[in-house]
Amino acid sequence: MDTTLPAERAQHWSRTRRQPTALGRLFDSKTFLIIACLLPTVGLLGVFLTYPLGLGIWLAFTDGTIGRRGQFVGFENFEYLFTDPIFWNAVFFSVFYTALATVGKFALGLWLALLLNQYLPFKSFFRAIILLPWIVPTVLSAIAFWWMYDPQFSIISWVFIELGLRTTNIDFIGSEWPARFSLIVANIWRGIPFVAISLLAGLQTISPSLYEAALLDGASPWQRFRYITFPMLLPILAIVMTFSIIFTFTDFQLVYAITRGGPVNSTHLLATLAFQRGIPGGELAEGAAIAVSMIPFLVFATLFSYFALARRKWQQGEGND
Amino acid sequence: MSNAASDGPEAMQWDSRARRVVTLWVPLCCFLFILLFPFYWMTVTAFKPDAELYDFATHNPFWITSPTLDHIRKLLFETSYPSWLWTTMLVSVGATFLSLFASTLAAYAIQRLRFRGSQYVGLAIYLAYLVPPSILFIPLATMVVQLGLFDSPMALILVYPTFLVPFCTWLLIGYFKSIPYELEECALIDGATRLQILTKITLPLAVPGLISAGIFSFTLSWNEFIYALAFIQSSENKTVPVAILTELVTGDVYQWGALMAGSLLGSLPVAIFYSFFVDYYVSSLTGAVKE
Repeated sequence: MDTTLPAERAQHWSRTRRQPTALGRLFDSKTFLIIACLLPTVGLLGVFLTYPLGLGIWLAFTDGTIGRRGQFVGFENFEYLFTDPIFWNAVFFSVFYTALATVGKFALGLWLALLLNQYLPFKSFFRAIILLPWIVPTVLSAIAFWWMYDPQFSIISWVFIELGLRTTNIDFIGSEWPARFSLIVANIWRGIPFVAISLLAGLQTISPSLYEAALLDGASPWQRFRYITFPMLLPILAIVMTFSIIFTFTDFQLVYAITRGGPVNSTHLLATLAFQRGIPGGELAEGAAIAVSMIPFLVFATLFSYFALARRKWQQGEGND
Repeated sequence: MSNAASDGPEAMQWDSRARRVVTLWVPLCCFLFILLFPFYWMTVTAFKPDAELYDFATHNPFWITSPTLDHIRKLLFETSYPSWLWTTMLVSVGATFLSLFASTLAAYAIQRLRFRGSQYVGLAIYLAYLVPPSILFIPLATMVVQLGLFDSPMALILVYPTFLVPFCTWLLIGYFKSIPYELEECALIDGATRLQILTKITLPLAVPGLISAGIFSFTLSWNEFIYALAFIQSSENKTVPVAILTELVTGDVYQWGALMAGSLLGSLPVAIFYSFFVDYYVSSLTGAVKE
């Protein structure tokens, strides 16, 4: 039987209290824990993102090729590129592609989001189905587009001919402008789902009471869109658009799969041109210079995103967070 | 619309129903048709015998009169398709686990341990997501060669986290935010170590967030193209998207049946995987955008 005094028992209790192990104590140190938790991410991003970013900028100022470390040559690569009409064509097409595809994706994506935001049976089914083009690997759906754009066996040409709208096959990717527009259409097709789902998320945060108030005031559907939906959606629209612009501008897969920059280099984006010159062409430094010339554009788009975010916080009243 | 008002309530009701068909169902069906048609066309082509494939005059191209598994058989037994599939699976699973490990810890540190400058670390990781692979692949290719990882799936497993970790960290920060901090405080008062809190309280509660981050990582890795194209040389180490484009396209004569069968079979694993977790996927995507 236990005959000790309560005080002794208490002491006993405090002595046998489980001491944390050395490892546990180490993990109780907040500084150590912070460093340990951030180490894998900082390590991975430092080695495989920050360092190569710097290395890429350095390579752009050298004359390195595959298998040979280059010497510093200053702006020589850029001077050469500025006299290269193929480079300027890639700059032009990158901007044109981004502008047109973004307008198309956002116009159609917003329309689809507005449709899905209405009262609908099987709403989640529609949402699930609509994301498919975004889930399936881009190259594989691009190959499907390539087949649909086939000069001889295009199903689109077949339909047009059957309907009596045309007498010959459409030349989708055989000449300059049709090839450019064919790529833009494929890019829009791929981008619609993401834009639609993101904007749908934004639409669902808008309080229905705003619409009720507007209806009572006799606002027309257009006025409701113009003065409620659009301004409320603007912050999310700005962010999604920044993302979309960055990833459309630096797109690679669609063009590489469908035209490989052809016909006669007319559909090269900066990314596909950088790849062609840098990897199979072996001109590493020149490829790096082309890739680096995308950076000013990306910085501009990122700053835009940052200010859009800041504006959004201000709207939510957390300006000092 | 002005006659609808004068024609009485019944006509008005009919009018609004017709309006709904025109303004909602017709455009929605058009969208569905356009978004899904390439997949339909891919599937139909994959099961068509060559005779039908290149003869639109006698066969309706939209339908298959005598379906065949020839293209799929050819793909599975006459190409390295099984090994491409294996590499892609290995790379996707490896990169997903590595990214989940790193980003869970990072998100926990940023959101829960609250140290000076934690929001700047968060911002830096967010900015890392905005650096596209198109800029990095040339310097990374030289690094991969120097590290002796050229032509090895290991290179892809190590490099994919550069775009997966920022995304997952971002997603998980939002998820950790939704777990009440009081739970951790209670455990801390009860004498649990921080490590115990992380493994026994926070992580189990964050499982739905981890699942959605995992699905995103898996589909994004399956999708990746430019690194796999630049770092992998030998046929059997290629990932499905790269191999289909570079190995099945030979010369000027394209084997459309096999190409479409390859695209179909390459899309199916992600599509099936996605369909199991579609609710997580959609809700975390919309959640991440709302954050």
